[in-house]
Amino acid sequence: MIEIKNLHKQFGNLEVLKGIDLTVNRGEVLSIIGASGSGKSTLLYCINGLESIQAGDITIDDIRVHDPKTDLNKLRQKLGMVFQQWNSFPHLTALENVALAPRIVKGKSKTEATEKAIEQLRHVGLESKINSYPSALSGGQQQRLAIARALAMEPEVMLFDEATSALDPELVGEVLDTMRMLASEGMTMICVTHEMSFARDVSDRVAYFHQGIMEEIGPPEQLFNNPQSAHTRNFLSKVR
Amino acid sequence: MEMFSALRPQDLWFLAEAAGKTLWISTLAISSGTLLGILFGWVLSVSGRLGSMTLGAVLDVFRSIPLIIQLVLFYNLFPIIGIPLDPFTAGTIVLSIYTLSLVSNVVRSGIESVSQDLRRASRSLGMSYWQDMRHIVWPVGLRAVFPAWVGVALSVLKDSALVSVLGYVELLRASQILITRTQEPLIIMAIVGLFYFFLSYPIARAASMVEKRWQQ
Repeated sequence: MIEIKNLHKQFGNLEVLKGIDLTVNRGEVLSIIGASGSGKSTLLYCINGLESIQAGDITIDDIRVHDPKTDLNKLRQKLGMVFQQWNSFPHLTALENVALAPRIVKGKSKTEATEKAIEQLRHVGLESKINSYPSALSGGQQQRLAIARALAMEPEVMLFDEATSALDPELVGEVLDTMRMLASEGMTMICVTHEMSFARDVSDRVAYFHQGIMEEIGPPEQLFNNPQSAHTRNFLSKVR
Repeated sequence: MEMFSALRPQDLWFLAEAAGKTLWISTLAISSGTLLGILFGWVLSVSGRLGSMTLGAVLDVFRSIPLIIQLVLFYNLFPIIGIPLDPFTAGTIVLSIYTLSLVSNVVRSGIESVSQDLRRASRSLGMSYWQDMRHIVWPVGLRAVFPAWVGVALSVLKDSALVSVLGYVELLRASQILITRTQEPLIIMAIVGLFYFFLSYPIARAASMVEKRWQQ
């Protein structure tokens, strides 16, 4: 469903992605691991068109993301994204955070958007926080709110950009549990993560990025137990 | 001795009328200056360095020159090029431009106070540029700079006193007229001070109530 061909991305003179080829299938959970600055997060931003690309191609269900004729606002409705900094809308309650985009982007009625939002908040375990403002929520709750907000748009793919990196250690679990739940429901997911146990247990495939190149990709057992590349072995020995 | 006479009850009415004029010219200047300031502030925020070097520089001129000099220059320049202006029109235009130059910078910093990350989050949900502007940047930025905007509005209300130099009979000018007649500067200035207070205080109160509501 997502096809990336020979993707090159530069920030000025700095080449952060040096020819990435990657296909993600419907229903698949792909984790991307690698050191900071290896281009993992940039890849996600390129996939939903928040960053431009210099060469190559990304297609989602045969729609070319970086074609100027593509309606990105429409395409992004297929792609839910969860960020490292959860980015809750501070002026809206949890309910309004989730209901806003379905209402103004998809044109749903207020009642329908509200019902849908309550359903999603229940889904991520925030039904008791419906009328709370983000400032009254913990980091983990705000991140689950961000997940509910993305899910309310009924995306076909969820992109997670280091969704647990900014959280206090004791709050990581609740967010990972929510991500596990999504994976078990069959959601297509691309997760940039530093959580090796999550990558190992939940993913169908794991990709290791090193300095803008996808060094290695394969099932978690293979990548973690029998890595082919020296870079991968080196990285894994450090994070274990 | 007929020139001088004591303060009479109808003098209070004279002052109240003048206060109404102060309120009227301030309201005109603040509303038009704010509307245009929002537009110009947005232009400043999207035009980067080129914008701040051109538009920003022009606005800086109006921010930096004392209002009283702007008023005198503007009022006297137009008759020279053949367009006579009455004090009210000249005062309103100059006060509006002055407000605009202050508000546009308030608006610019309001827009810039909304983090790129937050805007990426709203765009990632499929919101268009203008939907992001309307539903995220505007309310979040407004909360950040609303106190600064209230400060501008209150200072314009008080600075409108300077329009008196053009002969427009607003509150300050009215008090000068009364002082000349009654020779009671202390009591009249005290009354005028009260008038300004009662014009400004409700605005300040309303603003802090709005802020309190946002803080929940």
